Amino acid sequence: MAKAKTKAKPRTKGELGWKEVELGFFITEPGNSVEVRTGDWKSRRPVVDFKKCNKCTLCYFFCPEGCIAKTKDGYFEADLFYCKGCGICATECPKEAITMVEEER
Amino acid sequence: MAKREGLEVSVAVGDAAMLSDADVVSAYPITPQTHIVEHLAELVANGELKAAYIPVESEHSAMSACIGASAVGARTFTATAAQGLELMHEVLYVASAMRFPMVMTVANRALSAPISIWGDHSDAMAVRDTGWIQIFVENGQEAVDNVICGFRIGEDKRVLLPVMIHLDGFALTHVIEPIELPDKKDVDQFLPPFKYPLPLDPEKPVTMGALGSPFIYTEVKWGQEINLEKAKSVTLEVWQEFDKLFGRKYSPIEQYRTEGAKTLLLTMGSYSETAMVAVDKMRGDGKEVGLLKLRLWRPFPYEELREVVKDADTLIVLDRAISFGGPGGPVCSEIKAALYEEKKRPRIIGFVGGLGGRDISMAGFEEIVNRGIEIARTGSEREFEIYGVRE
Repeated sequence: MAKAKTKAKPRTKGELGWKEVELGFFITEPGNSVEVRTGDWKSRRPVVDFKKCNKCTLCYFFCPEGCIAKTKDGYFEADLFYCKGCGICATECPKEAITMVEEER
Repeated sequence: MAKREGLEVSVAVGDAAMLSDADVVSAYPITPQTHIVEHLAELVANGELKAAYIPVESEHSAMSACIGASAVGARTFTATAAQGLELMHEVLYVASAMRFPMVMTVANRALSAPISIWGDHSDAMAVRDTGWIQIFVENGQEAVDNVICGFRIGEDKRVLLPVMIHLDGFALTHVIEPIELPDKKDVDQFLPPFKYPLPLDPEKPVTMGALGSPFIYTEVKWGQEINLEKAKSVTLEVWQEFDKLFGRKYSPIEQYRTEGAKTLLLTMGSYSETAMVAVDKMRGDGKEVGLLKLRLWRPFPYEELREVVKDADTLIVLDRAISFGGPGGPVCSEIKAALYEEKKRPRIIGFVGGLGGRDISMAGFEEIVNRGIEIARTGSEREFEIYGVRE
């Protein structure tokens, strides 16, 4: 897929116009999937109640997408750019700090 | 100087691929395409054509091999017909969406069942939406010329798309016609070596065929559509240049004796030749009838169509395929849609005929035109009529 102009031209992260798609939808640079918003088809998203969270890291390890990262304050939160809404983090959280809510846009 | 000689059209098509310096030919034999690929196999075996001939186990594999060949930047040729075209159907979309130029001649043949080896356009119409540039030819010379033009159009940097050349099975593939094969040096001048801009290359790796999530699929498809639409102007340019070099003119819709014609008949492929004779006869009888020959099927020539029908009262469209349970002839259906918004447009009458190799004679075309004029006046109980069916 198109790398074209992704570095030179500032744009909303992950939003690529049709003119920027590379010939034949080829990928010309390896590892560029990090730039692609793969979490756009989730039907539910995780919301963390940080008052309940004890920073145990279980959600971080269970997330199949590896999209949960440590925040500045040492809590853990999913990057919704990649999160598919599977709910495994909410199921595994021993403190029930994570709620899956409807993704409504 | 190129000279005209009597050649079987299939052989001439193979020769055209050789003159175009095809690097790879991958095909699976199927009637009535067989002579094209047999001839190419011979040319490669005899060392006359320096190309890789890949014999495969099916048409699905043939098209897949062609995609691989085009992906490394090889000039690629194949041919098929009917069930073979259907078997490669899903792969056709891959070739066009991944922007791989190649030329494929389709020896148009009816689809089973009942099994029929004879000609009609049901195979062509089934691949209408595959994103290929599609050209219908009416005689052997057109087939030869458009194989050469096809490479040039498809390989143009502004296009980079596969091209299908439709020629009627048997009615064209198996007849001997006077054909002028262009001189090699002239073809070389017309058709520069193929350089694919992003080939598979270990020095510069790329990923081809990646997953297109909902996030990007729409953008890819829109780009594909705009690109195919733009291919029309390049096709016209290439045909003009071909005319300059070789003295043979091609246009998206060819007009035959349409001056002052109140009634127009539209045909595709080899049946246009008989239709021309029928138009001559009707003109001789004082009828204001002309013929339109639709050559460029994809991208569809909307502007050209609107221009050539604007003074006619009746437009009779002959389809050689049925879109079952729908509008009847797919070509007629598209023409109706193309003219719907026009303030002044002819009555459009659809006929289906010439299925599975059924001939339409000169008298037959006359009958179709007369019935079309009658329907335009009195209407018909049906959306479309079929010509020549026995009760």
